[in-house]
Amino acid sequence: MSHCSLFGRALGLAILLASAASTGSAFAAGASETPSGAQGPHALAIDIPARQVWSFAGPFGKYDPAQLQRGLKVYREVCSNCHSLKMVAFRDLMSPDGPNLTEAEARAIAEAYKIKDGPNDAGEMFERPGRLSDYFPWAFPNEQTARAAFGAVPPDMSLLAKARTYERGFPLFLLDPFIQYQERGVDYIYALLTGYTNDKDPNWDEYFPGHKIAMPNPLSDGAVDYADGAPKTVQQYAKDISAFLMWAAEPKLVERKRIGFRVLVYLAVFAALLYLVKRKIWARLHNGASEAHRAQPPA
Amino acid sequence: MSGHPTYVPKSAAARWLESRLPILGLLHSSFVVFPNPRNLNYWWTFGGILSFMLAAQIVTGVVLAMHYTPDARLAFASIEHIMRDVNYGWLFRYMHANGASMFFLALYIHMFRGLYYGSYKAPREVLWLLGVVIFLLSIATAFLGYVLPWGQMSFWGATVITSLFSAIPFVGDYVTTWLWGGYAVDSATLNRFFALHYLLPFMIAGVVVLHIWALHVPGSNNPAGIEPKSGKDTLPFHPYFTVKDGFALACFLIFYGWFVFYVPNYLGDADNYIEANPLQTPVHIVPEWYYLPFYAILRSIPSKIGGAAAMFSAVLIIAFLPWLDTSRVKSAAYRPLYRIFFWIFVACALLLGYVGSQPPEGGYVLAARLLTIYYFVHFLVILPLLGLIERPQPLPATIADSVLGPQAQVLPAKATQMPGQ
Amino acid sequence: MEASATADEPTPTRRDFLFIATGAVGVVGAGAAVWPLIDQMNPDATTLAAASTEVDIGNIAEGQIVTIKWRGKPVFISHRTQAEIEAARAVPIDELPDPATDQSRTQKPEWLIVIGICTHLGCVPLGNDGPFQGGYFCPCHGSVYDASGRIRQGPAPKNLAVPPYAFDGDAKVKIG
Repeated sequence: MSHCSLFGRALGLAILLASAASTGSAFAAGASETPSGAQGPHALAIDIPARQVWSFAGPFGKYDPAQLQRGLKVYREVCSNCHSLKMVAFRDLMSPDGPNLTEAEARAIAEAYKIKDGPNDAGEMFERPGRLSDYFPWAFPNEQTARAAFGAVPPDMSLLAKARTYERGFPLFLLDPFIQYQERGVDYIYALLTGYTNDKDPNWDEYFPGHKIAMPNPLSDGAVDYADGAPKTVQQYAKDISAFLMWAAEPKLVERKRIGFRVLVYLAVFAALLYLVKRKIWARLHNGASEAHRAQPPA
Repeated sequence: MSGHPTYVPKSAAARWLESRLPILGLLHSSFVVFPNPRNLNYWWTFGGILSFMLAAQIVTGVVLAMHYTPDARLAFASIEHIMRDVNYGWLFRYMHANGASMFFLALYIHMFRGLYYGSYKAPREVLWLLGVVIFLLSIATAFLGYVLPWGQMSFWGATVITSLFSAIPFVGDYVTTWLWGGYAVDSATLNRFFALHYLLPFMIAGVVVLHIWALHVPGSNNPAGIEPKSGKDTLPFHPYFTVKDGFALACFLIFYGWFVFYVPNYLGDADNYIEANPLQTPVHIVPEWYYLPFYAILRSIPSKIGGAAAMFSAVLIIAFLPWLDTSRVKSAAYRPLYRIFFWIFVACALLLGYVGSQPPEGGYVLAARLLTIYYFVHFLVILPLLGLIERPQPLPATIADSVLGPQAQVLPAKATQMPGQ
Repeated sequence: MEASATADEPTPTRRDFLFIATGAVGVVGAGAAVWPLIDQMNPDATTLAAASTEVDIGNIAEGQIVTIKWRGKPVFISHRTQAEIEAARAVPIDELPDPATDQSRTQKPEWLIVIGICTHLGCVPLGNDGPFQGGYFCPCHGSVYDASGRIRQGPAPKNLAVPPYAFDGDAKVKIG
């Protein structure tokens, strides 16, 4: 992350929020930029994932449809060979807040998958092309097959971006809610995917607790072909798949932040009005206005 | 819920109802003309905030129950169904999950306010005891609710807490099996937890009614800790305290909304987005933040039955406060020594919470033990002794004096206009 | 609040305006908060997405009526005989309680596709039952439908509803 974008992020937050939290954000974003090495209570030295710039961070964050579409391509061509995505339906790909595919595009992706259905009138299970209402199928018929193949079951990816995190430590964890840092999961996934730094061992990862990870380095430069001119590098793939997984885990994020802004503006106005009313009413006590309904002391 | 009914029905319909069920008069005397000490500060607004949060939790909870499936195979997916497919389901789910935290935040502020201003002392002991009952029921309700999403933390939290009962001598294992309805936490456990989680909030609401009743007999305590002596010392609930509570509630909702809309998963645990797996415990089990001090006490005792006993004692000892605190002065504002020990106790509780969130290794174990000892020493040694050795500062003659100070002499001219003087 | 303010002073003042504005803002907020409570009970995204069903009709014999499930409701797919089609088309329209031509209710004469819910009170009528050949009879309250699913006798007010559907070749139909 460049210093320029870091500054822009902090400045943007400061302007947008115009609250006490904004000063904290500049400090915290700067502080978290430097990986501080192992400071957690765990004995193993694990590097702290660096904070990345994401389009969906902050109070007005939105997913970048082009990025999600690239991430979807990475998922389909790389991750889906082992990992399921069982909570995402093909219809979800049409979400305007998400990948924003046309119905024809989403249908084409759905039909590329074989979905097990049945039983038919003869009592037999059969396979048919996917429909929009279907969910992404898994490459394995069941967990046992996957365990037999890999020795471990590759986790479902639907919620991975919310199910992974790392230790922030004191006092950063106290600042996080006020600077709205909710991207620990994706920062960790990005760090993990770019953390295969040991050339001799494809199962060694800088950011994985214990460093020995069952999944060998899944990405390599040029492995997935991008049509939109984005760089075909491991960094870019990691970035795009992480963003895609964040969308898969939190598809209502954009709607949530959009409604949230309106609700908070409303509450701020309402609270200000109530404060004025409260001041007005309590002022009666000081300016000697008549108190027709003064209370009785308790008996 | 007490006081003299001064309500005069205005409409014929109100007269008709009032002569058959005097509920309007009850509401009028309880929430309109009810005399409140005029010096209540904003720490006193958390009772109203808690009532609102309880109602909000019940409303959002009923909505969630319409879409949730209490079956071990389907529970986790049904939560995700709510988050992804139900209209505004994500809103209700995040409101409910964060609402539990907000409820406990308000509850702890409410309790610490009571500790600071001595609100548990005579004649408000029953009020305090009912509050402790609400606290216990809230702990149980939140624990049961946390199990329902059936994530890893739900499952292992349920396993660990229900296993506490196996520490009971002789019948422990039987009790645990009975609680589970099986040989482990499973569908039967989930289903009964769901039923009880739906039931308990209504029991809390019932105790809240008793709590308000017990409040309205002696009236509210206040920052001066002295009882109102005349109409000068009090103000009618409406409009003075309705609008003050309303303003405080709106501010609290801004804080709540910030979490719901911008950092909805900050207070939760990432592991709970992994479906429950009875064959694998997460590396680091932690309860929700509001249990952490008690969890730290549980872990600090290196004995199964000792830990469980210490934890339950830590909660129950709060009920004995009215008799452990020997000082006759209520408010810490006039108790120089207690004021210091109050803040040390606050720090102790916060530190216990932090230690509870850390793995039980190294220095944290020792810290937890020292803090646990201090926690009990505060209640069992410091509070009884303070009342004997402390020299309180002089109390103001009346509440009005404590608010208005030197101006108090100006007011009688105005006060003579008041009825009931 | 407003009442107590206006009691003292008959004309609106700045204080009245503040009270009224605050009350109005509060009411608007409460109103807006009600909408999610209502909308959450509307059909969710999975229900809306699973709104279409494909049916293989190649195996349905002439004169046979099969029942399939669409949106949780029964749908009758009737492979009508020539005699049933002719009888349905010969009825004078103005004799019907709910006038509709058989042509307007079918896309292909030999296939009648209707929602199998009696328009009286929601029971499922029996196929190939009642006085009309290839017709329907509702056992709950005795409504009688003809081979075009039109109400002919009994308490039901309307014809059996026709769902949206489209043929995909000769052997498949997509309902919804």
